[in-house]
Amino acid sequence: MSNAGYAQERETTEGKVFTVTGGDWDSIVSGHDPLHDERIVVNMGPQHPSTHGVLRLVLEMEGETVTEARTVIGYLHTGIEKNIEYRTWSQGPTFVTRMDYLAPIFNETAYCLAVEKLLGIEDQITERATTIRVLMMELNRISSHLVWLATTGMELGALSMMIYGFREREFILDIFEMITGLRMNMAYVRPGGVSQDVPPEAVKKIREFLGFMPKRIKEYEDLLSGQPIWTARTKGVAVLDVTGCVALGITGPVLRSSGLAWDLRKTMPYCGYETYEFDVPTQPDGDVWARYLVRLAEMRESLKLVEQALDRLKPGPVMVEDRKIAWPAQLAVGGDGLGNSLEHVAHIMGQSMESLIHHFKLVTEGFRVPPGQVYVPIEAPRGELGAHVVSDGGTRPFRVHFREPSFVNLQAIPAMAEGGLLADVIAGGASLDPVMGGCDR
Amino acid sequence: MTQPEGLFGVSGSGDTSGFGGLVRKRAVVLEAQRPLGGDFDEIVDALEEAYPGFADAIERIVIDRGELTLHIVPAKIAEVCRSLRDDASLRFELCNSVSGVDYLNEERRLHVVYQLTSMTYRRRLRLECAVTVADPHLPSVTEIYPTADWQEREAYDMFGVIFDGHPNLTRILMPDDWDGHPQRKDYPLGGVPIEYKGAEIPPPDARRSYR
Repeated sequence: MSNAGYAQERETTEGKVFTVTGGDWDSIVSGHDPLHDERIVVNMGPQHPSTHGVLRLVLEMEGETVTEARTVIGYLHTGIEKNIEYRTWSQGPTFVTRMDYLAPIFNETAYCLAVEKLLGIEDQITERATTIRVLMMELNRISSHLVWLATTGMELGALSMMIYGFREREFILDIFEMITGLRMNMAYVRPGGVSQDVPPEAVKKIREFLGFMPKRIKEYEDLLSGQPIWTARTKGVAVLDVTGCVALGITGPVLRSSGLAWDLRKTMPYCGYETYEFDVPTQPDGDVWARYLVRLAEMRESLKLVEQALDRLKPGPVMVEDRKIAWPAQLAVGGDGLGNSLEHVAHIMGQSMESLIHHFKLVTEGFRVPPGQVYVPIEAPRGELGAHVVSDGGTRPFRVHFREPSFVNLQAIPAMAEGGLLADVIAGGASLDPVMGGCDR
Repeated sequence: MTQPEGLFGVSGSGDTSGFGGLVRKRAVVLEAQRPLGGDFDEIVDALEEAYPGFADAIERIVIDRGELTLHIVPAKIAEVCRSLRDDASLRFELCNSVSGVDYLNEERRLHVVYQLTSMTYRRRLRLECAVTVADPHLPSVTEIYPTADWQEREAYDMFGVIFDGHPNLTRILMPDDWDGHPQRKDYPLGGVPIEYKGAEIPPPDARRSYR
């Protein structure tokens, strides 16, 4: 076979460059000393099934051992932080909900809590709205952890786990659809409250979920915990201790799996979490196995929280009373999706001039937020999600920055991967539970 | 901060309402005076004791909406962070976030904002440094907080702030060959007009809007 048109084989400072044109594998292998020339660079991603979105890992290998790992991100950068600066404050949730697409409710809540703090209306948020936020966040935490369990199971060879994980997540997404009108990217939490009330059918469906879910979690545990392949792939793999976690800024289940019970819901409570009864599960070992146990236990704690939130759900308004901030419409799910309810349209068009003015002003101009800056952190499924929001007193955010746990946590990949096996890069990376939509924003 | 003029912030639009001459005054957040109240006095006193160059390093102290912000002289930021992390009465072990804000109308318009947490004392603190576009240099804190690595790269990528001493200050979210720093306020959002049902919808940054 002719090699015309291909690069020539040559020696470079980085090692020998081979030209492979097909059918010549034997001749290449025979000219290569496997014992003393084993250093290769492997490009994993950006489109690899176990990179959780478009993440690229550049791995320098010696045999099966990773000597250097570098993470390349940015493939999913959509300029959300820049775009928000050109929209009104109440349009913000529509953007931020699309960052970490597995935990949309958390993005919205962090943003809305920050806007409410800037407005100084935290005390006016109704109890029902706060309880609904907690309820939705905890359901979302379960669905996010389920995706983690499902995809990690798949990556480490437990394919049935994937099917079960997505099955239960689908049930939660159905609940979300019933409440918000959408399965994902709901923009449900709005500055001042939530976009619409929880319908009674949804409460029934959540009760049904609470009924079967503990048994299902037990099933996952039975499926995986005693499984020799699962334990071999997770125990003692990708260890990160507390010092390493804090230095690298890692929070959430990964930090708790190394023994530090740092959970913002307990340590710096918000949304009334201090009044709920729940535990912060920790594990001492800091390996993938510990992260698996912590996430399973967190799902159980979230179920407790969902139950308590449901019990507290007392009838009442879900938006602040201030008509100059509250989004005017009662939204309803119609045949063509979510929109203004017919009663609301009839009300503003035929009955109340005031309501029409408020609706028009809020939709076209939006509300003004007093100048200043706040940083509001909440405990998302992946760790601390912080919203740094700056206002210049106008109708649009001056700057919105999200401290995204996926972004910060991914920095741990070199620390966990270097010196380990290639297969453990997958396990370690998966155990961080990165979501690239959130990481790149 | 920008001082918006006119009702819609648009000039030459043939506005005859008279609102076009409107200038909206915006309040500025003022410097806080001692005593600061709450934990804040303890934090500032402890820092004063732990860091000898305190008086030269702190530009002003701001308390707003229950959050403490120390404005730091850019050249001193790494030293201040070291004291904040290591001193037994401060213990800000965790650097949550490093990000930029572009205050277009200020002389030192590029601000770098650090959010720190003391896990020991359960306190939060914000540090802020302001640099100019002509000389956007300040020391990197990666040696003290390794987690600042990517976040400083993002601030460089988005705002063009240069962190001296950073091990690998390259773009992180934008492509390597990108021109300009997208999050700066004078960097346009971009976009093209879209035709929808016969009408032309301008791109978001060119739409008429209240500011």
